[in-house]
Amino acid sequence: MKNPIKIILLILFSSFFIFAGKPQTDISRMSLIPAGIYTPLYVDDTTDQNINVESFLIDKYPVTNKEFLKFVTENPKWRKSEVSKLFADDSYLIYWKNDTELGPDVNPGAPVTNISWFAAKAFANYYGKRLPSTAEWELAARADEKSANGYKNPEYVSKILAWYSEPTSASLPDVGSSNKNFYEVYDMLGLVWEWTSDFFNALVTGESRGNSGIDRNLFCGSGSVGATDFTNYPAFMRFAFRSSLKGNYTTSNLGFRCAKDIK
Amino acid sequence: MKSKKILIVCTIFFSMWFLLTSCEENKSAEGLQNIEATLTHAPYVPPPINRDYPAKVKVELEVRELVGKLSDGVEYTFWTFGGEVPGKFIRIREGDEVEFHLHNHPSSKLPHNIDLHAVTGPGGGAVSSFTTPGHTSVFNFKALNAGLYVYHCATAPVGLHIANGMYGLILVEPEEGLPPVDREYYVMQSEFYTEGNYGAKGFQPFSMEKALDENPDYVVFNGSVGSLVGDKALKANTGERIRLFVGNGGPNLVSSFHVIGEIFDLVYQEGGMEIKQKNVQTTLVPAGGSAMVEFEVDVPGEFILVDHSIFRAFNKGALGKLAVSGPDNKIIYSGKVSDEIYSGVNDQFGSIDPATGKYRKNEEKAFSPEFANEAARNDYSSLAETANSSPREDASSKGDLASMGKSIYQRTCFACHQSNGEGIPNVFPPINNSDWIKKNGKAGMITAISNGLKGELTVNGNKYNNIMPPQQLTDKQMAAVLTYVYREINNSSETVTVDDVKKYKTGDLLSRK
Repeated sequence: MKNPIKIILLILFSSFFIFAGKPQTDISRMSLIPAGIYTPLYVDDTTDQNINVESFLIDKYPVTNKEFLKFVTENPKWRKSEVSKLFADDSYLIYWKNDTELGPDVNPGAPVTNISWFAAKAFANYYGKRLPSTAEWELAARADEKSANGYKNPEYVSKILAWYSEPTSASLPDVGSSNKNFYEVYDMLGLVWEWTSDFFNALVTGESRGNSGIDRNLFCGSGSVGATDFTNYPAFMRFAFRSSLKGNYTTSNLGFRCAKDIK
Repeated sequence: MKSKKILIVCTIFFSMWFLLTSCEENKSAEGLQNIEATLTHAPYVPPPINRDYPAKVKVELEVRELVGKLSDGVEYTFWTFGGEVPGKFIRIREGDEVEFHLHNHPSSKLPHNIDLHAVTGPGGGAVSSFTTPGHTSVFNFKALNAGLYVYHCATAPVGLHIANGMYGLILVEPEEGLPPVDREYYVMQSEFYTEGNYGAKGFQPFSMEKALDENPDYVVFNGSVGSLVGDKALKANTGERIRLFVGNGGPNLVSSFHVIGEIFDLVYQEGGMEIKQKNVQTTLVPAGGSAMVEFEVDVPGEFILVDHSIFRAFNKGALGKLAVSGPDNKIIYSGKVSDEIYSGVNDQFGSIDPATGKYRKNEEKAFSPEFANEAARNDYSSLAETANSSPREDASSKGDLASMGKSIYQRTCFACHQSNGEGIPNVFPPINNSDWIKKNGKAGMITAISNGLKGELTVNGNKYNNIMPPQQLTDKQMAAVLTYVYREINNSSETVTVDDVKKYKTGDLLSRK
């Protein structure tokens, strides 16, 4: 992937946004994920099982406390005392000292957590980006260190499983401290959960109208009904996690990163 | 008049006030009393319910993901209902309306939920209780059916949530309550699948491969190896009646639950209320199922709880103890009363194989045809034919015939005619120095063995009236045993040959009226 095309693309896009009115979109810290096909864990018999994902850019790192602090400083309505309860629940940024200070116990370089989906989306918009779709996120996360698809590597799968099985640690390290993958994207699996733009579709795919899959639930044995790969435990756990969320929910191990179209 | 009016007004006012306040106090909108459930960690059980009316019961359970001890020096990340494996014991009454609060601690990595097998409704509550970390879900259900039920997390992938420890028991007591006992305990079996083999030290991650193979390294009671031994053994005194609430979280194995040295006086099979089996040695507890067992402890000592799929107990940890103290009862159990030398009786079942120098099981099955039914005798007969063709009993010399005869005698004749042919007075006639044998000879004996004997006969002046069934022996075996009877028991030089047997065995019963 370290080829001239990528460098040209990067230069092209940097110049593109330098003229934007909003804060400059810094894509030097983004990676290009080439187009690919993603097969959702849950599919409906009536729709095409595969989702074509066009190539896109994704942040190399999750958004940090420091970055999010800058955002709320410039956007007061997303400060924790000001935010609407419709858009963020009571534990929104709960570990920060106050609206504009992290406090001595918070690591500025660690990923920001206790963030709602609405807040993450607002952050992305402000910087001319967006949240990755679940398909995009999964495609980028599928890569292990050496290949674009690590799910065929049992060692990789068991490593992910081990991380998912650990309780959240009391304090989080700097972003970039867990694994780096084939696309030079860091921390996809091993630091925090991440929001996706369409997390609420975790249990259904394709057309929402008349989608009988809406009745499908994720519990007990029926959790495997309709699954395309019922041995992919990490995928089950992510889907379970996403489907337990609502847009205003915030939790101590859930952060986000941004994505961007190549257009 | 006026004072009377005031009095009435006051009375009405106070009675209304009283009514209102008493309504406010612990009464729900439906008129049910509000109660907060007491939950206990295993092996303890909340106290029996003494209410004779249904209530509105609030149950609070917190999910925690915690690193803990699976065995000495072995660590594992447990996902728990209430901080321990198994989850806390919940006790309610049939007809109770339960308001269930499931808290998922903010430090949890994953969302969780609870499927209570006691709940009638989609997912047993799983759908309504699906809770992301740092949140609480509340749902209500009515306990319609009495019984002992498993609850567990049902979030996908469900096997992983159960394998990591997310299960417990909820007892719905019948309206009339359970019969009182002296002690109640909570024991739950489950298995763990670890990357390292049994006993491998250090932190052990979950092994998905072993879980799919249903091949656990650990099968344990109450969440870890040794959770019910030593100081943590269950305790009781002699004369007490014990009730064990036994659950099996699985995720895969069925338990053959057994208490060594006890017989369950009563088993509520599969945790239901209707079928109560008496005098059970081992009861099956299905994965995701339960049983209630009751027994009285009569004598002191240690009684071992096991999964009688016994390698699990011996090698994988499925072992607990019930320590009973109190006075001995020598009639019910004496303890060891003597220890003496035993030199072995005979070689009825096995003899030294000259080829290997090891004791070898006799080719022919030890058999007592006189006690068997006809079908069994026929089976034996064909077995004997097969044995006859084997070189081991293909005795040709007369000495060999006699030694082969000895083993047949001890299998076939010994029980009645005794080791030296002396018989049993007035029951079975002697065959040493017998005037009947002298009179009837080979022909008489061959016919008696092949056709049997019945009715009164006189031997050496004594009368006998009994039955000798036909003996299922091959010609060679019959020749051998009769040669043995002549030579060893009667000190005669007589030999009975296979030809003799062939000649006489089809003959009519001799003159013995």
